[in-house]
Amino acid sequence: MTITYADVEPGTAIEPRTYRVTRLDLVKYCGASGDFNVIHWNERVARSVGLPNVIAHGMYTMAQAGKFVTEWVGDPGAVTDFGVRFSAMVPVPDDDEGATLEVSGKVLEKLADNKVTVDIVVKAGGAKVLTRARATVRLP
Amino acid sequence: MALNTDFVGRVYGPGEPYEVSRVKIADFADAIGEPSELCRDAEAARRAGYPDVIAPPTFAVVLSMASARVVNDDPGLGLDYSMVVHGEQRFSHSRPLHAGDQVVATTTIESIKAVGALSMMVTSTDLTTIGGEHVCTARSTLVERGAS
Repeated sequence: MTITYADVEPGTAIEPRTYRVTRLDLVKYCGASGDFNVIHWNERVARSVGLPNVIAHGMYTMAQAGKFVTEWVGDPGAVTDFGVRFSAMVPVPDDDEGATLEVSGKVLEKLADNKVTVDIVVKAGGAKVLTRARATVRLP
Repeated sequence: MALNTDFVGRVYGPGEPYEVSRVKIADFADAIGEPSELCRDAEAARRAGYPDVIAPPTFAVVLSMASARVVNDDPGLGLDYSMVVHGEQRFSHSRPLHAGDQVVATTTIESIKAVGALSMMVTSTDLTTIGGEHVCTARSTLVERGAS
């Protein structure tokens, strides 16, 4: 089913999703993004600079929030404007479970040209890891 | 060490053109778990009205970070990258990046501020095609901890 501009109103909720983040995901993201900062893959170094564990790239978490929206629309090209503030770290333990991101969102307002703004909430371990996460999306 | 506020307004680039490839887009989509065929199947992307496979919206960070690295590594700026955390990020797209795009990046230091023991620097990276078409502006706030 494709969501359309006519289907949504301010307040329309997007079905919540959970995304798991493992160490392997972070290693893959290092390679794909070119961000090899050691705190994203080396627990020894991460702890030595005062972090609780290896932490996810902020940009990885932002990408998950983006995926939440592009999966809803079905088109990764539909997001025209996308901004977030990083408010908490996402520690990723060295086990098979990793960390879990709980993502939810709702339509904030309808704009001209079939565009809507969407507010996205991402939580990990009960803490909001992104604030002011807003995307402008063009709907069919 | 406080950041050098004389650097506000400095412009870096444009750097060498970066050619966006189908393989790189697919790798990035795999890494973030983006399932869309529009990132992998050129025919499907064309049917959806795009010239070739398209990149997810945050793919632009691959280009903007590479450009900003030149700024962060400028010794005169005084940034201690080991103390840096990402504060905010925003992407404003004129259109999605697609395979075959040849893109150049130009980064401007918009502001540098001290907030208590923190230094905050806002940079803005414009991604344009070699033909001069604006594709995306990536605005990034870096926070340096423990600066004084």
